[in-house]
Amino acid sequence: MGPDWLLDVLLWAAGLFLLGLYVSWRATRLDRLHVRVETARAALDAALVRRAAVALELAASRVLDPATSLVLATAAHEARTADADGREFAESDLSRALRAVVDQPDFRAMLASRGDGTALLDELEAAAQKVAFARRFYNDAVAATRIARRKLLVRMIPLAGRAPVPDFFEIDDAAPRF
Amino acid sequence: MKIGIVCPYTWDVPGGVQQHIRDLAEALIAVGHQVSVLTPADDDAPLPYYVVGAGRAVPVPYNGSVARLAFGFLSAGRVRRWIREGGFDVLHVHEPAAPSLGILACWAADGPIVGTFHASYERSRMVSVTAPILQSALEKVTGRIAVSEAARKTLVEHLGGDAVLIPNGVATERYAMADPLPGWPGRGDGAEPRPDGGTLGFLGRIDEPRKGLQVLLKAFEILGRRRPGLRLLVAGPGDADDVLAKVSPQLRDRVVMLGLVSDEDKIRAYHSVDVFVAPNLGGESFGIVLAEAMSAGAPILASDIEAFRRVLLDGRAGALFPVGDHEALAEAAAELLDDPARRKLLSAEARAAVRAYDWSTVARDVVRVYETVAVDGAGVVESGVGA
Repeated sequence: MGPDWLLDVLLWAAGLFLLGLYVSWRATRLDRLHVRVETARAALDAALVRRAAVALELAASRVLDPATSLVLATAAHEARTADADGREFAESDLSRALRAVVDQPDFRAMLASRGDGTALLDELEAAAQKVAFARRFYNDAVAATRIARRKLLVRMIPLAGRAPVPDFFEIDDAAPRF
Repeated sequence: MKIGIVCPYTWDVPGGVQQHIRDLAEALIAVGHQVSVLTPADDDAPLPYYVVGAGRAVPVPYNGSVARLAFGFLSAGRVRRWIREGGFDVLHVHEPAAPSLGILACWAADGPIVGTFHASYERSRMVSVTAPILQSALEKVTGRIAVSEAARKTLVEHLGGDAVLIPNGVATERYAMADPLPGWPGRGDGAEPRPDGGTLGFLGRIDEPRKGLQVLLKAFEILGRRRPGLRLLVAGPGDADDVLAKVSPQLRDRVVMLGLVSDEDKIRAYHSVDVFVAPNLGGESFGIVLAEAMSAGAPILASDIEAFRRVLLDGRAGALFPVGDHEALAEAAAELLDDPARRKLLSAEARAAVRAYDWSTVARDVVRVYETVAVDGAGVVESGVGA
């Protein structure tokens, strides 16, 4: 039978080891959430760029009248060149411009009669839907991360390192009625 | 894309989730994707070539009923191997909150994971004890889909977070061709003249007032007297005698109650009627029955509620009558029965319009979800043990 203090030390060591495992597991989860936010953000950026590109392509394709082309091209350009502060407004404006253009009566029928109009419209539909998907997934990841970072353990021990708290991306992304 | 789909429930037991996965997988394969479905199944159960069995499921009490689920180390090992060997671009887990293969797959994989939530409960039994376990697995789901507004609401309330809505599809092909029920002439090519008779059809719960059978019965009182050969075919669960008691005795033998019918007979019923009537008073968000009737090419007469007007393209793919107005229903039905050319046109328009709700369209939207989450192209890899 060893001295009492040895047992105490062993118990403390075991306790610290288990705590370490737990903290490391929590840190892994948090790290995974940050990776998920970054991936989702990259997907969202890609979807927004794609949507603006298709809108520009449609504007430049000469299947539209010049006024409609101008509305689309301006909105798409604004969305592409907006700075971080103006990004959400510019992307919302592009959504509105797309609705104003595509929701014209018989728009699809009109485009179908001209060259590759239908193919472009289908691409635009896919691009607009992917923006809505990507934004939902990104905001979902942001919400999960923000909840995780509010937990007591994460605030006591800086498990998140220097990763900034991610922000939601709020735009009007309602798609036109294709 | 290489897509790995995980089904939580035993493949050979009929169920909504299994049916959904089968229709989705086949629609994905039809457009050239490589699909592997992992599911619990008895070892000797016959499985389609794209399905991989993960062993027998065990009946356990879960969420208020007995569900057949697969769990334990053996299942976890099989899930892990399937993920390691699959080399998937994206993993699609159905009902990831059920204690079955889905949650095991979330545990065993890293990378783009899509989760589809099917169930909706008024009150969930998910409690604080289960929340942390679920949370750490569900955190890995990078894109969430809900199949209905109710499923989405359940998800938001009980698990937090949000999902995109992609409703179930209709397997329009399955409804396209069928023989009429025995004793019913069928509508031929939809253009048979019906000088004094014809058949009206109804499908739905017969004791649920919002389905509107009572409106149709009142219209039949008017129309049945004017057209001595007219018959009414009613399919759906409920007390048939209660309904027949409301019909005048001289018309009663021309109202045929089928009760609850099999899927096969349901399809034949759609092919047995000249005009399919959907007299609903409201409360329909989509109208799966309407979509089925459209797939079968039945000429449709429906009440003018928002959901129906949208599905029927403002009346182009089916005639509309004012909600609850039995006289207008009788007039509109008589007009349709007297006009075979119009019935034929409505039938063709309905078949075209329902394409928008076909599984091929649903699969296209789901692929867009895959492409959104798999944007970096890294694919699905086996996760470190315990991570």
